[in-house]
Amino acid sequence: MKNIDSYTHVRGESLFVNDLILRHDALFGLCFDSPVAHGKIKSVDYSKAEALEGVVKIFTHQDVLGENQIGGIIADEPLWAEDEVHFWGQPIAFIVAKSEAIAKKARALINIEIEKLPVITTAKEAKEKGSFINAPRSFNLGDAKAAFADCDYVLEGETFSNGQEHLYLETQGCYAVPLENGTIKITSSTQGPTQVQKTAARVLGIPMHKIEVDVIRLGGGFGGKEDQATPWAVMAAVAVQHLNRPVKYMLNRHDDMRMTGKRHPYTSFYKIGLNKELKIKAFTVEFLQNAGAAADLSPAIAERTLFHATNSYFVPNVSTTVYSCKTNLPPNTAFRGFGGPQGMFVIESAIAAAADQIGVNRRAIQEANLLSEHDEFSYGQIARQAEARNSWFTAKERFDLEKIEAEADSFNQKNKRFKKGVSLMPICFGISFTNTPMNHARALIHIYQDGSVGVSTGAVEMGQSVNTKMLQVAQSIFNIGYEKIKLETTNTTRVANTSPSAASSTADLNGKAVEMACNSLIGRLTTVAAKSLSCEEKDISFREDFVFVKNKKSDLSWEELVGQAMLERVALSENAHYATPVIHFDKTKEKGHPFAYHVYGTAITVVTVDCLRGIYEIDTVKIVHDFGKSMNLGIDLGQVEGALAQGIGWMTLEEIAYDENGRLLSNALSTYKVPDIFSAPKTIETIPLETEGSELAIKKSKAVGEPPLMYGIGTYFAIQQAVKAFNPNYKLKFHAPFTPEKVLMGLYETEEQNHVRQNGKTTDSNKKEIRVRK
Amino acid sequence: MDMIEFILNNQRIKTSAHAGITLLDFIRDHQQLKGTKTGCREGDCGACTILVGTNNEGRVDYQTITSCISPLGNAHGKHIVTIEGINLPKELNTVQQAMADNYATQCGFCTPGFVVSMTGFALNSAGTEPAEYHRCNDAVSGNICRCTGYKSIEKAGFQVEKKLLEKNGNQQIEWLIREGFIPDYFATIPPRLTAMKREQSNGSTAGSGHSYQPGTITNVANGTDLYVRHADRLADEAVRLLGNEKDLKGISFSNGICTLGANTTATEMQEHPQLQAIFPNLKKFLKLVSSEPIRNMGTLGGNFVNASPIGDMSVYFLALNATLTIGKADGTERTIPFQAFHKNYKEYDLQSGEILKSISFKSFSKNDYFNFEKVCKRTHLDIASVNAAGRITVENHQITDAHFSVGGAAPIPKYLAKTAAFLIGKTVDPKTVSEATEILQTEISPISDVRGTAEYKRLLAEKLFLAHFVELFPAEMKGY
Repeated sequence: MKNIDSYTHVRGESLFVNDLILRHDALFGLCFDSPVAHGKIKSVDYSKAEALEGVVKIFTHQDVLGENQIGGIIADEPLWAEDEVHFWGQPIAFIVAKSEAIAKKARALINIEIEKLPVITTAKEAKEKGSFINAPRSFNLGDAKAAFADCDYVLEGETFSNGQEHLYLETQGCYAVPLENGTIKITSSTQGPTQVQKTAARVLGIPMHKIEVDVIRLGGGFGGKEDQATPWAVMAAVAVQHLNRPVKYMLNRHDDMRMTGKRHPYTSFYKIGLNKELKIKAFTVEFLQNAGAAADLSPAIAERTLFHATNSYFVPNVSTTVYSCKTNLPPNTAFRGFGGPQGMFVIESAIAAAADQIGVNRRAIQEANLLSEHDEFSYGQIARQAEARNSWFTAKERFDLEKIEAEADSFNQKNKRFKKGVSLMPICFGISFTNTPMNHARALIHIYQDGSVGVSTGAVEMGQSVNTKMLQVAQSIFNIGYEKIKLETTNTTRVANTSPSAASSTADLNGKAVEMACNSLIGRLTTVAAKSLSCEEKDISFREDFVFVKNKKSDLSWEELVGQAMLERVALSENAHYATPVIHFDKTKEKGHPFAYHVYGTAITVVTVDCLRGIYEIDTVKIVHDFGKSMNLGIDLGQVEGALAQGIGWMTLEEIAYDENGRLLSNALSTYKVPDIFSAPKTIETIPLETEGSELAIKKSKAVGEPPLMYGIGTYFAIQQAVKAFNPNYKLKFHAPFTPEKVLMGLYETEEQNHVRQNGKTTDSNKKEIRVRK
Repeated sequence: MDMIEFILNNQRIKTSAHAGITLLDFIRDHQQLKGTKTGCREGDCGACTILVGTNNEGRVDYQTITSCISPLGNAHGKHIVTIEGINLPKELNTVQQAMADNYATQCGFCTPGFVVSMTGFALNSAGTEPAEYHRCNDAVSGNICRCTGYKSIEKAGFQVEKKLLEKNGNQQIEWLIREGFIPDYFATIPPRLTAMKREQSNGSTAGSGHSYQPGTITNVANGTDLYVRHADRLADEAVRLLGNEKDLKGISFSNGICTLGANTTATEMQEHPQLQAIFPNLKKFLKLVSSEPIRNMGTLGGNFVNASPIGDMSVYFLALNATLTIGKADGTERTIPFQAFHKNYKEYDLQSGEILKSISFKSFSKNDYFNFEKVCKRTHLDIASVNAAGRITVENHQITDAHFSVGGAAPIPKYLAKTAAFLIGKTVDPKTVSEATEILQTEISPISDVRGTAEYKRLLAEKLFLAHFVELFPAEMKGY
């Protein structure tokens, strides 16, 4: 089944927030934000801006009737800055005007005086200065310290992975409308409608039932609209509360890129110990997460880094620690993978460094350490249905890795200007919110008296086709035509207290709730049908829009049955609540069983580097992926390919750059490049691994949103191998992304230069003189 | 007041809206057509892609453009087509069906842009030529999708290409209508545009000269980079639209000199048979320059006066040792060597009231060789870290004339006079080239910025210089 929105999508008829026809009295908002990364606000002069014709009101923290606070995990982030600003782009005021153009002109008329304070842009510097969001966390298994003593090889090193801009094609935005009695309806492009509702209520000082949040769909989210869709919606709501007129706020691209957080950059220090058989006996990492200026979701993201620090390998002695470092960047936030990719990059780097040192192929170490059934993760969960080895060996065999490698070798021998590199990248990703209390969802299903069905859940549609999957679940139980079932918008008045659509688990949690609600309804309808057809309930089934008795079609159609149920006053609506069983985690011990299940897979990546120009192409990515029993392979394959492309982008050309003052330099699509059609791999081949799936996955169809992003990490190591093939003097560096600049510098570095360039001058924006010529 | 008149989808538009507002804002806010999306407002994402149909003696030629950086005034006399204008009443058109069939739409936000680009491809495809997998990819080269990873879109494009193989080149529009690519009103457009032009030439409108005010008029060709930086201002202030000024258009050859009007677009260059003969790799070079919609819009003159130190076309024409013709305020003309045009960062030799008219260069003999190189973070649809071009004349194994340029390595697009001088009289071999790069290093002064460190740009400039010789003289440069 295709994405149920395909028809309206391709015709340009799908509605996004920006497409809503506004009420005639609607106003337009625009944020005035900090022009420095850290400082004390001495004065702000709004008089000229306020005097501009068409400006209705400029809102600041003084207009907040509730609490000027939007921090979720930790209450450390004001909606509008009060006395101090902590990042470049921090909201200070909100201009509401008759048009967006007027608001923009007004913004240019605001005068602000700020006393500058020292700026921290890197996690390293924050750690040195003791600037943290919260206390560090550590996971431990075995005794890593002691185990190093018994290792034949011990290596230490440093890695860096840069941030990543979400670049959802639809920028952040909302439209808030006053209803009656102080109620405000907010249509928001958010992954977390409840988060918007709760925060708006808190800031406005009104109960949650006075805020209705409605989400039609998102033009992409990728985590960027999990927490950070909230402030804009709340600002608009504050304005509505004061003005009693609708307010729309769509961020333009520059504002969006400047003011919102991104994937967290990580600087990490690892130590890895192996024995002669290439078994990793001990592994320690200190992760420095660049959290930005406020907590946002950083503590949860830091936690997931620890969960995935050993990727799909079994390491008996592990000690990992993560520091959420407070800096003067916009608060970094959720991004597909949620800290997992940053963790995996480190162990893959450590393995590459070890392989280089020992003089073996990187994959020999990978292969020697793959997880097996019953192996213990560092957080105490025992691997079940572990498919690490299965996916690895299936990939090697089905894609004929030997041949791929032989061809690359022979190509490299014949060619001087072009070199190929091949890498393998296994993944293992845990499914569930690691914060156990968030693993729940509800569905509200109405069967209308004409037999048509409306399905509401807490799931937000953002391109992942969760609505299509919800429809499939309902259809598979009612067995009526797809056209009879409609997915409603996500609305807090229909489904309340939801967790955000995140952690790859939206389809699992909401799908299970849909399943429960449909089963209840079908149970009641079965009773009505049995009575009507004078047969036993166990003989009733539903197929092809009709009631079947002992597998024979009766005369009773779905519509007639629903009509009869109405006459008999049977409830045709059902609300179901699902909470994932089994999972638990004790943060005081850092042990438990946090994940419903794990998703596995292996990717083989082949790249070709043009060694004259330092540019590269990705020839192919061949993947064996554990979908469980995919309920919609077409959609799931689309998730794999899209996530892969994002992972490749993160590892190759997407380069976030801030200057030493904390100003974002990569602040537009002209300076921040995401993959285009030509930079995607020339071919992507995905083979579904035949596995049993998990009972905790909806219809045994495993979650697929985030895990494949991490296949992209393989591209880094494939490029690295090609660079090394050209230049034996190249010293391995682990400093992502592997931009054409780093490739060219690597291709032509000499032995003497190795030392100097160790930490990649190019992205250490602190040290470089920055000017922009365009 | 001048009115702007055009056909928007199937509807005649006559508007007094400011000629300098963007077509995107006119479409979305004035006409409430919400299928065209706002993504970046700098022509870098393609979510706002629309088609512009131009009447060429009864035949309407369609091109894709990004409506976010295009002035409304340029729509005058054209057929403007948005996603709504290619929808069939009750079913998906062929392109849309291909997108749906191949799971090529996820969040749906970029999708209308892709559909419009692919429909533009269908309108332009001559048909009955062998399928090449990537031709449709070229058509969507300006469209960014953050969800799919593109492979499903590529498959949809392939499905469209296969269908287009059946196309009869003589009855393009009729065939496309019959096969469900476009709605049937397209057949009525050529006569309607012709009729509209006739009415206008009867003196009813002038369109392109909307709201002149002496003193503060900004010259606008097709928009693009000017709108990236100044869209808000241009929506308020007076603009002089140059798009329809005939003497700024056209490519001509005379007495061994090729002259290109300042309003020539990259697409017009790319499709010119004589230029293709001079530059066998022209399409390859221009594909590096930008996406298809931007090639359809961006003009040579615009690129020169934008005066970016990494302007692709500036670098291209510097190496051609070209001459600029400038129209003076008094109606006369002056000519200067193009090398002398750019003075300093964003400063150039154009006085108030002057306008770039054309650029010319000496056509090629069989001894002339030309190469263009460009490296950026993303190979396509990106701004160069460093770009470079070279024109080399070799007679009897000896370099008799040479011109080189490099962008991104100085405050202006840099003409490498000393490097070229050194090479005159030498033979092409690795040693000579290596010696020349040492001189090149003394001529450039790159800075570190978001496109790369100075150190990188130096190395890259050297390698791209080397690449000219490796590409043009593979036998002499054996070993690379």
